[in-house]
Parts: sequence; structure tokens; C-alpha cells
Amino acid sequence: MSASEAALVATDVRKTFVRNTGEVVEALAGVSLQVERGALTALVGPDGAGKTTLLRLASGLVVPDSGSLDVIGIDVTRFPQQVQDKISYMPQRFGLYEDLSVQENLDLYADLHGVPQVERNEVYPRLFGMTQLGRFKERPAGKLSGGMKQKLGLACTLVRSPQLLLLDEPTVGVDPLSRRELWEIVFQLVKDGLSVIVSTSYLDEAERCERAVLMHAGRILAEGRPNEITASAKGCCFLVRAPDGMPARSLQARLFGLPDIADAVPEAGRVRVVRRSSAAPPPFELDGKSLEAEAVEPRFEDAFMLLFDAIAGDQRRESHAGIAGQASVNEETVVEVRDLVRMFGNFTAVDHVSFKVRRGEVYGLLGPNGAGKSTTFKMLCGLLPATSGTLHVAGENLLTAGAKARQRLGYVAQKFSLYGQLTVDENLEFFASAYGLRGSSRRERIKALKEQFELDRFSELPSGQLPGGFKQRLALAAALLHQPEILFLDEATTGADPLARRQFWGRITGLSERGVTVIVTTHFMEEAEYCDRIIILDAGKNLAEGTPLDIRAHAETDRDKAPTMEQAFIAIVEKQRRKDKEGGA
Amino acid sequence: MLASLLRILTLIHKELLVILKDPKSRASLVLPPILQCLIFGYAATYDLNTVPYALVDLDRSATSRELVSKLEGSGIFRRQTTLAQIGQAVTLLNTQKVVLVVVIERDFERQLAGGGKAAVQVIADGRNSNTSGVALGYANTIIADFANDWRSRQGLSGPVVEVTSRAWFNPQLETRWTMIPSLIGTITMMMTMMLTAMSVAREREEGTFDQLLVAPFTPTEIMIGKAVPSMIVGIVQSSAILIVALFWFQIPFAGSLATLSLGLALFLAAAIGFGLFLSSLASNMQQAMILCFVFLMPFMLLSGLMSPVDNMPEVLQYATVINPLKYAISITRRVYLEGAHLTEMLPDMLALVAIAAVTMPVSAWMFRHRLN
Amino acid sequence: MSTRAANRRLAALRRIRALIRKESWQLLRDPSSIAIGIVMPMAMLILFGYGINLDVKNVPVAIVMEDDSAEARSVASAFELSDYFSAMPVKTMAAAQEMLMSSRANAIVRIPTDFARNLKAGNAQVQVIVNGADSNTARISLGYAQGAVGVWAAKEAARSGSSGGVITVESRLWFNEANDSTYFLVPGLIVLVMTLIGAMLTALVMAREWERGTFEALFVTPVNAFEILLGKTVPYFLLGLAGLALCVAGSKLLFGVPLRGSLVILTVVSMLYLLVALGLGLVISSATKNQFIASQVTMLVTYLPAMMLSGFVFDPRSMPVAVQIITYIFPARYFVKLLQTLFLAGNIWSVILPNAAVLAGMAIALLALSVKLTRKRIA
Repeated sequence: MSASEAALVATDVRKTFVRNTGEVVEALAGVSLQVERGALTALVGPDGAGKTTLLRLASGLVVPDSGSLDVIGIDVTRFPQQVQDKISYMPQRFGLYEDLSVQENLDLYADLHGVPQVERNEVYPRLFGMTQLGRFKERPAGKLSGGMKQKLGLACTLVRSPQLLLLDEPTVGVDPLSRRELWEIVFQLVKDGLSVIVSTSYLDEAERCERAVLMHAGRILAEGRPNEITASAKGCCFLVRAPDGMPARSLQARLFGLPDIADAVPEAGRVRVVRRSSAAPPPFELDGKSLEAEAVEPRFEDAFMLLFDAIAGDQRRESHAGIAGQASVNEETVVEVRDLVRMFGNFTAVDHVSFKVRRGEVYGLLGPNGAGKSTTFKMLCGLLPATSGTLHVAGENLLTAGAKARQRLGYVAQKFSLYGQLTVDENLEFFASAYGLRGSSRRERIKALKEQFELDRFSELPSGQLPGGFKQRLALAAALLHQPEILFLDEATTGADPLARRQFWGRITGLSERGVTVIVTTHFMEEAEYCDRIIILDAGKNLAEGTPLDIRAHAETDRDKAPTMEQAFIAIVEKQRRKDKEGGA
Repeated sequence: MLASLLRILTLIHKELLVILKDPKSRASLVLPPILQCLIFGYAATYDLNTVPYALVDLDRSATSRELVSKLEGSGIFRRQTTLAQIGQAVTLLNTQKVVLVVVIERDFERQLAGGGKAAVQVIADGRNSNTSGVALGYANTIIADFANDWRSRQGLSGPVVEVTSRAWFNPQLETRWTMIPSLIGTITMMMTMMLTAMSVAREREEGTFDQLLVAPFTPTEIMIGKAVPSMIVGIVQSSAILIVALFWFQIPFAGSLATLSLGLALFLAAAIGFGLFLSSLASNMQQAMILCFVFLMPFMLLSGLMSPVDNMPEVLQYATVINPLKYAISITRRVYLEGAHLTEMLPDMLALVAIAAVTMPVSAWMFRHRLN
Repeated sequence: MSTRAANRRLAALRRIRALIRKESWQLLRDPSSIAIGIVMPMAMLILFGYGINLDVKNVPVAIVMEDDSAEARSVASAFELSDYFSAMPVKTMAAAQEMLMSSRANAIVRIPTDFARNLKAGNAQVQVIVNGADSNTARISLGYAQGAVGVWAAKEAARSGSSGGVITVESRLWFNEANDSTYFLVPGLIVLVMTLIGAMLTALVMAREWERGTFEALFVTPVNAFEILLGKTVPYFLLGLAGLALCVAGSKLLFGVPLRGSLVILTVVSMLYLLVALGLGLVISSATKNQFIASQVTMLVTYLPAMMLSGFVFDPRSMPVAVQIITYIFPARYFVKLLQTLFLAGNIWSVILPNAAVLAGMAIALLALSVKLTRKRIA
């Protein structure tokens, strides 16, 4: 492949940024890369790997410190406009004009790209067909759901045929249904001959690309076809069954903490384990008892985790310390929701939802964007009054309950709401005092949590400048200071990389063992596997409730014997939507 | 009760940290008020120290020259040029080279002596009617003085009335004396209202407000926790301006510091109450900012800062009832300059208490019951 | 080759048109733009036109009649009949002082016991005491009081047949014969409206784009920085002209302010100032990239100076020399001079040309700077 045929050629590209604190961050530390034309290439890696910086450099928005970067055969550092004339770029947060309608946003980009009317007549129906936004042409972009916004952003970049399409984490915060639809569009484009570079933290997405580039700390770790990369984990992957009475997540947490294991995640009631080495595996053992294990084919994620374990493996162990592996669920109901309804004008956001959560349970609220998860959550936390129905959290309705009742719960909001100007210590001190901790008990509690969450080295850093994963840790630490009985976590892992998510869930597992009731919402369907029970909501209605295994069984068909959680979820939501449509017709 | 107090202290501590953490934001709380006070102290003045004028002396007599030297002897009138005829004065006025044209009519001396119509014409540039009004006033006074002198020198009898004037509380009638005390209220209101409204809006935007509502804080505690730090900032700012007024501009303080402090504290409570109320209407910082702006503008214009409230049409005077700044300006001027007593200021203070007593509980209630 | 150049230019024009259309839609749909661009100017027109009145009428004055003679009553009637005063006769000086202290009266006129006797002797006195806490009202009241007594004395002199020693001062207020402060406040308002729309609103919407990240995707299109700036300025330029029309119509129809100069010249100089304001707004927003900071800076460097240092209310000639020099930094100073001249005086070229030239220079410099500062780069 010669350079002129390549979509992107990077030679020893370096870029550093200076934080407000004066700290110098090396975003790209000498990246050399060739991306071929006509292919779908994925950039994967944890937070701070340099994916976004690389894409911004490629689109001429940021100038490299050194090295050369050719995009579609043009030196982008010297001629950014020439590149920008020919490529399309969809940033992580696509800047749609929220006051403008779907059609107007699209028209704007068509005008800017100089797409003639004749071409539009042909392109628009195709874009509307692909994105299914045709019905919402007149709706202001600000009123679209997260998934629809992303699709509109993509459509705006596709009003003309670019020579190269750059997508920066296009599916962050997008529910599985919209995610699948977005990817169908991308695959179609590649099939039509478009070159696409996409950065993502979803490893199943990377697995489906033609090439994958694994980045870490501004460097390229591995590059190749996903199946080649996957093959490196051959012989390392097993499904391990938990002993009776032990939740899969507890076993997962224990195994994940073991030194010879690179990765462990719960899957269908069992635990998927990746060992560090494929050489002569000894039998799995836990507390002296051997465990039933079954060798399985590796996935891309397994190989990814194996690779990262090799360089950053020891970072993760601490989050999984002290997990015993007992279930601590008892029969006492701590959260009870009956016939909950919430209307916004004529729109029913939550439609007669009922569920119960027992003490010590990990309970998941799942659903597409706009399903009513957040609304339910807000009502549970007493942030929003219910239109009708009853809510009891630890026996009280939090909207009217006094300080005492709220003392018993912890809440981590979607955006890890912290005081960005205040340091880590100041944030923790504030939240500790807010919950009535004083003096030495406060000091000790803060010290303990800082150790547990490895926040010590950031004590004096303003929390707004924390790296993404640490913001989430701090938010969780702040919510745990007062040792709440019930913990509410609203999409606490959105945008987090796979490693951070595992650490997060390790901590949740530890909490639930100590009898803390945890209620979570999430977009990552595989995270549902950590839950004892989940409820799936769509359009405000309860579609299914049960253990992850029960839910999977819903979607089992003759054709597909072992659906993933995500497939099950999509199947359940689509079945209901079909039913509604028939009912409506 | 104690727990509640401790929680409020926690909130106040947090709020002060957020405000005072960054040296830039610390500086931005004290420097702009002082700077504004200085600039406006010098700029916001209706006084004229010099009046550039053009002379057209058509009489050219000893008496007319005497009048001119009387004018210029005042130190206020500075002759830019002497013209032979009125026609030439037009350009000078048009281009604002002079504020006044003084025309001493032909036969001035003869008429003055003969009991006829001794006329002086004074033409002013009315583009700024205020400046011209002041300049005309000066001219009138000096010419009247001259006539009185002339008559007594001539030993003429007849009704001569001398107007002796005194101005209480501000003997030199300096605009600055009026302006600076009023600025204490005006500047602190701009800053504290914005600060309060923006700090709540920022918490809403960043999601920390939900965090507060989920924590064991009651809305009242949150409200107090927001109001007190702004209050502290307001007190620091008004003290800074007061110090500038006392020691830089050296405007004598006639009243009781305690009365003034009480008045300012009540005013700050009312202004912050308004800020809290506006913040409960806004869902993000942009809205909060624009709401503040939209409210601050009429508050400032209808406060008596630039023109007396009594001069306004009745409808607008009714509208000023809810304007905290109107009461603040009345209190600061009267206590600072006139030395008014607490009892005299009670109506104004009660009005401020009423404003705070309505806005604060309403905004606390809105914290939790706001739609969406 | 030339057709390709022509095509390129056509494409650029299309892009600019698209950006203008987008900006106009946003402008019309965003309540905050409407608040700043339309509601505020209207409110200010009403408030300045009706609310701010620098002219003093009906000053409450306590008249202390210590002398009950016919002459004393005659002097007192001069105050009672005047439009400028609303006279309240009281018996004693103490009562009058009480009224002044409690703000029920703004001035005291004291006619002493021996007034009539002294008048015959030719050295009568009338004492006027004003409340200096509001210095402007006090000074104007004092002037009126002196005028009222002077007129009375002249009349008396003429009646008593004593000859000589009376000077009549004919004062004439050019450009504003009615001595109405609305005449200079309302035209001056245009400077505030233009500053709001040109600088404040533009800085806000531009900073908003940086803040919301809408530029990131927009930058990776064939559009260039100049086109983006042009797309931003044109709608706000037009809105500013609408504000101008509103103010001119309002001042003429509501307040009867004459427009003695030419409307065309007024429009042209307003356009110049609008360009300056837009340039300032663009420069501030690209330097701060943050709505809150942008609004604070705009407030401090454009709005407050336009209000306080421009001659809109306070005449720079009254200020200390150092402050007078500072006023020349601010474009509003030049525009206010142009506005007051064009409205009240007429087409005086010797005022118009130099001031307009300064504005034009500032506009060019600021717009050039904004083009230079706006790079298609992030972070």
C-alpha cells in the first residue's frame, strides 16, 4: 500500500497538552500508523489513550507538536482546509443546533458542503430511510432522544459523500437499539466503498470492524484484523460456574482479583474468565474447592483485556479486595414501587410501573433512551413528584421525607455531579459533613475511602481536572461516605472504558455483600449480568422483570440458542413495539 | 436544630470555597466594584468646573468689559474666542467648541444707566440639556450679581433682593457626594444578584443541585446556605466601596454606621432574595444571566440613581415598590449624607424586609417543586 | 480558470447564505435573543423616555413666612405660581427644617421678619436652603429659586419706577428649546441598544457555539473562518438596524424628539457603530469562549462605558481630565456625539466626519482582529 492510497498516514505524531494546573499531559507519544482506504478501522483503548486527539489532528482541528500526518494524501498540518473540504468528521458531542429542526440541521450541512438540489433529492430520502428520522423532520434537534441526535449527527456528516469519515465514539450514551441501527448505517457506508475511522470503547463494535488499532497512553499497542488480535487469547478463555449460593458477580470479583487471571466477567449465570497464559491450565479453584469450567472460544474483548492486563493489570486488583463471595440478599423489601405514573403534560413518561427490591439486592433498570428510567430514578430519589402511585424507599416517600430518611441513601448522578472547582479532599469533606459526619469519624471515613478508591494522589487536584475514570470513583466515594443502606446509580458507567467498568462493578459487588441495596441504570447490557434482577422498561412500561437468566430465556429462539444480554434486550423491546403497533392499527 | 445548623455551616463553607478558591474569582469580587466606584465617582457628575464660551460684545463699553471680567473672574467661564457678530458663533456651538455664547447687546451701557432694556443674550448648546442648564444657571447668577453691584455702586434705590443660598448635607452641591453613596447599593446589587443566581444555576446545570436535594438538606437550609455567602460577599463589597467613599473621595459621613449597616444588610437580603427567585425560574446559567440582566436594568433606572423617583410618572412609581435598590439608595443617601435616624428609615427598611420575606421562602419552595 | 474561480465564489456565497439563514432561525427561536434584542430595547425606550427625567418640576418647597407684609406675600406668590415649585407655607423655621429632614420638602425658602423694611432700604434678603443629598435636583431648584426672586425684583423695580440697573438675561437653548432631557436621553439610547445587540448578544451566541461544541463539526466542512464570522454578523447587523428603527420611530412618535439631521447619515453612522460593536463582541467571544465570562467582559468594556462614559447621560466635559481621556478609548463616546448632533443640531459635517472616521477606523481594526483571532482550531 503506497502512501497516496492510504486514507491516513501518521509518522511519529506527538501532541502534548498543558492542564490548568501546569501538568503536562502527553496525549500522543509518537504515533505511526497507516489506515487503508475503503475499510472500516476502529480505534480502541481506555480513557486518555489519545483516540480523540488523533481524530482531531486528522480533521485539522488540532496541530501536532511534531511528526507528519497525511490524510487522504494531503498534509493536514499545512493544508487543513483542503482536507476539511473532502472529509467528514463527527465529534463525540456532535454540535447540533438545538433550536433548528432536523431538516434545517441537515440543510445547513448540505449548504455548507455545497450539495446541489438534484443530489439532495436523492440523498435525503436515503438518509431519512437509514436513520428513520423521516417522521421527525420538523422536530427541533434539541427535542430528540440521545440516539436520534447521534443519528442526525451522522446524517449531517453524510449529506455528501466524503472521501473519509471520522467518527469519535458515536455510540456513547446511546441505547442498544439505536446503537445497532447506527452501526447498520456505518456498515452500509463501508460496503458502498467509504473509508471510515471510528473510535469506540465498545469492544463488540471493534470486533466487527475490518481493522482495529489498540491505543494506550498515546501509543499504539497493537494493530491488525480483529480476528487476528482475538486469536491471541486462544486457549485462555473459560466459562466457570459459581458454587451454589454464590452470585456470579461475587465469583467474578474473586476471580478477577487473582494474579493469574487477566479478565473475568459474569455471563449467563456463569463467569467468563481469561487466563494470562494458555499454557497447561491448572483446574480452577476457590477456597480449596475446584470449580466446574468449560473452555470457550475467545472474543475480541478477551484479547483486548489480555493485552491491557499485560501493561496495566495491577491497577485493578484493589477494587476487588475483600470480597467473600456470599450472597447477602434477604427477604426484607427496602424499595417498593406500586403503580407509579408520571405525566409531562399529555406525555406519559412512566406508565404504571411496579417493582420491589430486597435488601442487599443489585437491581438493574434497563431500557432504551427515553424509556422512563431516569424519570423513575428521579422519583425514587425524591427529586420529582409522582403523578400517581406509591413509592417507598426504606419505608418512606423521599419527596416528603425528612433529612433522616435521605440519610440512608447514596446517589450517583449520570454526570458524576461534583464541585469541579473544589479539590478531591474538599468535595469529600463537603459530602461527609452534609451527611453529618464530624471530627475524627469524618477524617477516618475520608481516609478509608480515599485509600479504597486510590484517590490519595489526587487529594489536592480540583475534581474538574480529574481523569474521567477518577471522577466516577470520586462520585462513588462521595456517595458512600455515610455508609448508605441504599445506593442509586444513574448510568454511572456511561463513557467509561472496559477496565474502569470492571473496577466499578467490583466495588458494587463488595457493597452488596455488605448488605447494601444497589439500584442501577445502565446502557451496557452486559452489565445487567452483574445484577440479581433487572427490569426492562420501554415507553414508560414494564416489559419484563427477572434474573438475567430469565430475561435471556425470553429471547431464546430455535435459531438463537444462547443470545447475549443485548440481543435479549433488543428482542424484548422489539416484540413489545410490534405488539403496540398491531394494537394501535 | 443543631444538626440543621451544622448542615447550613457545611453549605456555607462549601459555597465560600467555591467562590474564593480561585485567586482570579477572588479578585473579581473586590476589584471591579472598587474600579467601578472610582470610575463612576469621577464620571457620573453633572457639575461643570469650566464653561468654555464665546463672547460677542456688541456694546464695547467700559461696563460691558466690566461684566466680562466679572464673568471670567468667577474662574468658571473660559473664553474660547471673541467674535464680532453672532453669525460666527453658530459654527462654534455646532461643533461643541463652546457650551455658551454670551452676547452683550448694543447700547448695553446706555440702557443700563438710562433704565431701559439692558440685554445680555446667552445661547446654550441644548444637546445635553443638563450641561447647558447648569451653565445657564451660572451665567444668570453672575449677571444678577453684577447688576446688584452696579446698582449699589450707583446708589440706586428700589427693590434689591439678595438670594442667599445654602445647601444642607452637601454644601458645594457636588454630584459625587450624591452618586457614591448610591453606588454602594447599585454595585453590590449587580454583583450579589448575579452571583447568587448564577451559583444556583451552575449547580443545576452541573447536577450538583440534585445531589444537594438527595442529601439530608432541607430546601430552607439550601436557601440559607446560598444566601449567606452572597451576603458575606455583599458586605465585603459594600464595605470596600464605603471605604473608598470615606477615605478616597472624603465624603463626610453624617449618620450612624449601625443604621447604615442594618439598612445595607436588609438590602442585601432583599437583593439576594431576588437573585434566588430568578435562579429558581432559570434552568441553566444562560437563562439565569439573562433574567438577571433583564431585571437589573429597570431596577437601576427606576431607583433614583440617575433621576429622582418623584419625577417619574405615577405608574412607574408604583412599579418601584418592589425595587430593592430604590430603598437602598434612599437609605444610603439619607443616612450617609443627612444623618437620618433609624426611626426615619423604618419604612424603607420594612419594605426591604417584606421583599426578602417573600422572595426567599418562595425560592426555597421552588427548589423542590419546580417543574422539570 | 475564471469559471472555476467564479464557481468557487458562488459556493462561498451559498455557504454564507446558509450560515446567515441558520443564525436567523436561531435568533428568532431563542427566547434569550428575543429578550436581549427586542424586549430590552423596548423596555429601555419606555423607561428612559418616561422614567428618567433629569428636569426638575414641582419641587416641594417649604416657605417660611417670618414677615407677614404685603411684599413678603408677594415674593412668596412668585414661588406659589411657579411650575417648578409646589409651595407649602409654614410658620416657623423649625417646622420647615423638620420637613426637610424627613424628606417631605426638598427646599426651604425663608422670608425673614424684616424683609419689607430692608426692601425699602434696598438690601432685602431671601434665604434658600436646599437638600444637597440629591445634588442635581438641589442645584436646579436653587437656580429656579434665584430666577423666581430675580424676576419678581425686576417687576417690582419697574413698578416702583426706579430706573436703571436692570439687566435682562435672555437665555436661549439651541437645539432643545423646550429644555427637555428626553431630547438627549432618547437618541442616546440608540447607543445602548446597539451595544446590547451588537456586542452583548453577538458575544453570547458566539461563545455559546464554542461552549456547546457546535463549531467542532462545523469546522470540518469547506466553510472558512471568515465565512463563519460573516454568517454571525449579518443577522445581528440587521437586528441592530431594526433596533435603530425602533428607537428612531419611538423617539419621534412617543416623545416628539426632532430629527434635524438626515436619516441617511444617521443610518450610516449607526451602521459604523454597529460594526464596531459586532467586532468587539466577536473579539471578546473568541478570546473567552465562555458565555459567562464573555458576558461579564462585554458588560465591563462595552455596556457600562456606553452608559456612563459616553456622554449619553453624563457629559464628559464635566469629568476630570484623566477620565475625559479614558472616554476617548470607547467607541460609544464618538457615537453619542454623532447621535446628539444628528438628532438635535442637524448635518454638521465638521462633527460628523471626524467622529465617523474614528468609528470606521475602529470597525476595521476590530473586525480584522476578530478574523485573525477566529481560527478553525479547537483547544
